[in-house]
Amino acid sequence: MPLYFGMCISLAAYLFGMQLKKRWKLAVLNPLLVAIAVVIAFLKLTGISYADYNEGACYISYFLTPATVCLAIPLYKQLALLKKNFAAVIAAITAGVAASALSVFAMALLFKLPNTYYVSFLPKSITTAIGMEISREAGGVVTVTIVCIILTGIFGNMTAELLFGLLRVKEPIAKGLALGTAAHAIGTAKALELGEIEGAMSSLSIAVAGLMTVAVVPVMAGLI
Amino acid sequence: MKHIKGIVWIFGITMAGELLNRFIPLPVPAGVYGLFILLGLLMSGIVKLSDVASVGELLLDLMPLMFIPAAVGLIEKTTELRAVLVPFAAITVVTTLFVMAVTAKTAEFVLNHKNGEET
Repeated sequence: MPLYFGMCISLAAYLFGMQLKKRWKLAVLNPLLVAIAVVIAFLKLTGISYADYNEGACYISYFLTPATVCLAIPLYKQLALLKKNFAAVIAAITAGVAASALSVFAMALLFKLPNTYYVSFLPKSITTAIGMEISREAGGVVTVTIVCIILTGIFGNMTAELLFGLLRVKEPIAKGLALGTAAHAIGTAKALELGEIEGAMSSLSIAVAGLMTVAVVPVMAGLI
Repeated sequence: MKHIKGIVWIFGITMAGELLNRFIPLPVPAGVYGLFILLGLLMSGIVKLSDVASVGELLLDLMPLMFIPAAVGLIEKTTELRAVLVPFAAITVVTTLFVMAVTAKTAEFVLNHKNGEET
């Protein structure tokens, strides 16, 4: 297998996903989700092994840690916004992060999930870069975490407006914080559609919720 | 050559994050250590936003692509995954709505409370 096969098929599949999204504008047609499905289907059909694919594709993942470092850039740009609404931002995101951990814990008890899967779901609401590493540190199944994070983002993106309507949420700040905390970057795409304040609040929440979850997961992980 | 400064800073900070992750016995990802280091350097003015903006924005723009290889790893976990399909779907749906509702309502509560005090 050529070394660049893994890289090329991944990039081509993502580009295809972007084209689909452009054409139909449906949240389910998330380019990343489409790319994952296309690459899996391609490997299955051709019988190329994951190891052969990943021999070249792993160099894409090599840039993930520096990209995570760069999340400091949007956070830095929004520091003024954070300071201005400090109480609401911290209270809401803390409540959201706690709600996420506790509800995953309750559901894991309900389904009698083993620890490996329980910890894989704990970081499901935060940005993939941080979530997958938290899952790895806690001994989770990283691929399950990634797919759950993406589906969470898409689901949050699709249901947010309906939920805000039902709960009579009117504050743009509250909507933005909710989308970013529950549905990370994919939720933020919806927040940006709703308005500028929603978008800024949502992207701020991605970093803050991600960082809080780093502290919460190791504590929660020991409970099952 | 305008990208070199950014590349050196970002990769240097990444390496510092890896070292912290290795030597501090806490489950904190290397990238998160690096995120705090870069934030601190930006706030203190040691690194200027213009030094890292071009490379940083490129990396952030390409970030979704970087998850593909790990997620395609699902292909080797299909039998395992079939066993947890129902909890997987239930957790995704229920907890996402719950988190969104709790976050929005808490924010509104604090905002209204604050406005109430001021008026």
